[in-house]
Amino acid sequence: MKRITAIKRIAEQLEDELVICNIGFPSRELYAVKDSVNHFYMLGSMGMASSIGLGLAMAQKRKVVAIDGDGSLLMNLGSLVTIFNQDPKNFILIILDNECYGSTGSQCTYATTVDLSRIAEAVGFRNIYSLKENIDLKEILKVDGPVFVHVKVEAGNADVPVIDMEPEEIKERFIENLNR
Amino acid sequence: MESSQAVYQGLKKAGIDFVVSLPCVNLGKIIKMVDCDPDIIHVPVTREEEGFGICAGAYLGGKKTAILMQNSGLGNSVNVLASLFKLYQMPIIMILSHRGTEGEFMSAQIPMGEATPDVLDALEIAYFLPETPEDACKALSGAWLLSEMGGSAVAMLLEISFW
Repeated sequence: MKRITAIKRIAEQLEDELVICNIGFPSRELYAVKDSVNHFYMLGSMGMASSIGLGLAMAQKRKVVAIDGDGSLLMNLGSLVTIFNQDPKNFILIILDNECYGSTGSQCTYATTVDLSRIAEAVGFRNIYSLKENIDLKEILKVDGPVFVHVKVEAGNADVPVIDMEPEEIKERFIENLNR
Repeated sequence: MESSQAVYQGLKKAGIDFVVSLPCVNLGKIIKMVDCDPDIIHVPVTREEEGFGICAGAYLGGKKTAILMQNSGLGNSVNVLASLFKLYQMPIIMILSHRGTEGEFMSAQIPMGEATPDVLDALEIAYFLPETPEDACKALSGAWLLSEMGGSAVAMLLEISFW
């Protein structure tokens, strides 16, 4: 399925969960399908989605969903090891894997030849889900984290505008909402 | 005051409750103190850049954060400091063991040792070089407030002569 469809399906099933979303088109697509005060849209620092998610999960009690990409995860593979070792029960890492760098012209990543789920398995993640056609988060939202969710999606970006929020606005809104 | 104890006390006075670390031989004692402290969440990380990302998330979640690292790791962290911390105006206290400074016996430390102040300048990150442990403790105790109000990382460089 198209990545924006996967994002829509994910967003529809989230209510109270806090979301950290990867830079580039993933954040733009999420913003377009469903904006929420629970969303932190990354605009820079590719690779950091899973780490920001981990820090947020460890800092407070609400469930955290990090929406990451294959290219981004490959930049920060050590993150999987840290996440496993810190063992946050309230953390779900979703990799939307289109096997390419979507926001720079869809050049292939090594996710074409390397299965990211098997890396998570080798690191020691106990809860790993590989989804393709049916994005059902019911069980995923119930089990103890950290959860690794691997979703294969088509290459290609939706025709969605740039997020019309300033970085500070995104941050302030998110923090204010958390403190309410 | 003993040097490691002074840094630890300074962090406590600042209210720091979330620390990521990557060891430097000079930070060994401080890391142990932080790790043993039940009031501080301590996360050892695999790379400094990752550590900054984790601290950003922790800050969003309400924590007061610091990173304990060797200055060499600054080189691995330029983008996250610019495109996450500076862009979103997020605070953090950076405690850098500054290798490659006067007294350094390992020549491999010199290139990053020399580049460190310039890299911090390029990122417009204010830094402080305490001369005594008392200096360090005092400066750190106000560092979080400074960092948060200024919307910018602040760094403390602990040169070889400090220990």
